[in-house]
Amino acid sequence: MSDKKQKRFIFRSIVLAILLGAVVFALVSNIMNDEEVVAVGEQAPPFELEQVNGNGVLNLSENLEGKGVMVNFWATYCDPCKEEMPFMQSLYPEYKEKGVEIVAVSLDATKLRIKNWIDNNHLTFPIVHDKSGAVMDTYGVFDLPASFFINPDGTVERQVKGPLTLDRLEGYLDEIVPESEK
Amino acid sequence: MEKIKCECGHVNPEGTVLCEACGKPIERNQHIDGNEKNKLLNMRYEGSARRSQTKNRNIVDKIWIFFSSVKVGVWLIVLTLIASIIGTLLPQEMYIPQNVEPAQHYRDQYGLFGQIYYQMGFHNLYSSWWYILLIASIGVSLVICSIDRFVPLYRALKRQKPKRHSNFIRRQRLFGKTEAVKSEDINKAVSRLKKKRYKISEENGHILGEKGRFSRWGPYVNHIGLIIVLIAALLRSMSTFYIEDYVWVREGETKVIPQTDGQYYIKNNDFLMDVYDEKDERYAEAIEKTGEMIPSNYETKAEIYEVKGETIAGQDPELTKINEGEIRVNEPLKIDDISLYQASYQLNEFQKMSFKLHRSDDEDETPLGEFTFDMSDPKKEYDLGNGYRVEVDEYYPEFFMDDGVPDTKSKYPKKPAFIFFVYGPDMEDYEVNFLTIGANLNPHNNNQYKISVTGVDMRDVTGLTVKRDHTIPLFIVGAIIFMLGVIQGMYWYHRRIWIHPKEEGVWIAAHTNKNWFGLKKDLEYSLEGTEIKIPDDQQELK
Repeated sequence: MSDKKQKRFIFRSIVLAILLGAVVFALVSNIMNDEEVVAVGEQAPPFELEQVNGNGVLNLSENLEGKGVMVNFWATYCDPCKEEMPFMQSLYPEYKEKGVEIVAVSLDATKLRIKNWIDNNHLTFPIVHDKSGAVMDTYGVFDLPASFFINPDGTVERQVKGPLTLDRLEGYLDEIVPESEK
Repeated sequence: MEKIKCECGHVNPEGTVLCEACGKPIERNQHIDGNEKNKLLNMRYEGSARRSQTKNRNIVDKIWIFFSSVKVGVWLIVLTLIASIIGTLLPQEMYIPQNVEPAQHYRDQYGLFGQIYYQMGFHNLYSSWWYILLIASIGVSLVICSIDRFVPLYRALKRQKPKRHSNFIRRQRLFGKTEAVKSEDINKAVSRLKKKRYKISEENGHILGEKGRFSRWGPYVNHIGLIIVLIAALLRSMSTFYIEDYVWVREGETKVIPQTDGQYYIKNNDFLMDVYDEKDERYAEAIEKTGEMIPSNYETKAEIYEVKGETIAGQDPELTKINEGEIRVNEPLKIDDISLYQASYQLNEFQKMSFKLHRSDDEDETPLGEFTFDMSDPKKEYDLGNGYRVEVDEYYPEFFMDDGVPDTKSKYPKKPAFIFFVYGPDMEDYEVNFLTIGANLNPHNNNQYKISVTGVDMRDVTGLTVKRDHTIPLFIVGAIIFMLGVIQGMYWYHRRIWIHPKEEGVWIAAHTNKNWFGLKKDLEYSLEGTEIKIPDDQQELK
């Protein structure tokens, strides 16, 4: 009789273990689907894009090594993006001195529109053109604007979806100033 | 664990309501099926021991017993239903405007209720962990309830004896007593039952006629089907089994295919939308009735490329063509196990616009110069020769007026507008031309020169679904098994007739899991022409 009881215990344990496995699988795969493509603490994916207000291409890891980098995704047809651009411009000269670079990735279809916008707003930080949207895809960005604050060692310090205020922007830029400049 | 030994000699597991072999009600367990108050026995699960009670319950037993309760199962279903209903009251997060903060949106749009709704996680109900946990619990309950009932039922039906306890016989719904019966009459009834394809078994003159036991397994077969469907649904969260995405490709454009880790690209060479010919007499009448063109074919002529070598995002990869063909509705183009389906389209996006410059007062509009504006590669300035040039001050791909200021809604040239500055050899300054589709709005109506559209090139956009699905066969197998279970349980009936000889005469009892009318007909048929009384329906008598 106790043999039977033990058999039943083993049978129930196996069935429950299988079911528990299935439930855990369902929950974990659901959480994984929600997870951000570029997570905080991970290495920021490399990219290389043509610079609109400069010469040639800008490569994130080669040209900006050792610097804190803010990567901002924007477009000229996105009103909140255009509103935060002046904040970035106003802080740029100061933070460039401290070793922080701002890279604005435009998702516009044409350089004409980007150039017009740069000229009208006197922007001096590098603006690159992601014509195919490949970099936006790689960074898992669906809505504009979106900003990534990347440490000098290449890890993502912070990800911001949606527009920034001047105060918040300044705080986030401070976080990625290289140690040597603090 | 205590066993219950019945007076017939059979040893039953604890929790048994009716002895597995002879059907005698086990006195101390009658409350389980509520038999003590009723004249008739509840024949549910043959009175077998579900949820066997154990004295030393460990955690495994406790969890098992919790999920083996049908009551718990029903509550899980009810809770899931209620949650699902609440999830439909306000729009889910994916349907609210994308440029707003969800927390704020729900509070502003729906007030306190919206705020609570958001905080409770109803804005993302169908992928929230607790909703998934509810669904998963229903699955667990389904499996455990099935195992916990199938095994005892199988045992009880396998071990039943033709000789039943008088108490069991008397408390069946169909029951009749006949005093003084000739043995020929019994033989006659048995042979008639055989004709009705009842299986006859006998023990010391006690006879059991049984047919359609197969029907009793229907619900369990049905549950196996459901479990397979649940497994298939579970596998859909794995990208090796299932992906679904969407890609818009403009004519002439080469675009990365989503969900392929940037390994494959698609080029749209041409998009076609064919319509039925209105001159064809087969269709003419129908087309006239509808009053518009009826599409007969949507087709994308596409090429598929594979990336060679390593590239980082943004770099132009080296592409090799691996496939080429037409994508039509229900006729996808494939890369390995990924299919690209024709799903949508947009006609007539602007690709190129040609303009000419002429004097405003020239009625013939003789061109002084011409240029073509390419929407995918526009220039800042166009030199028209003879000292004339046009500078593109602003270009709006999808033009609209935003509080009196021209702006664009998107980057796609669906409704282009331009602000051109015209420079000429006889002009000191420049003249402004504001052009949009069908209008040339000059701020001052005293322009010497005018720009007019001479031609447009349009392009179409194709919308393709990117899909990989290895779960469909599993869904089909699950659905077929589900249906077989339903048929098995619905179209067969488990009927049993007991012939129970007494010292004086004979008792007849009968039981079925459904269709009592059919069972009565069988009894009438087999007892016809004998002296045995046809059993009464004790439920009707009540």
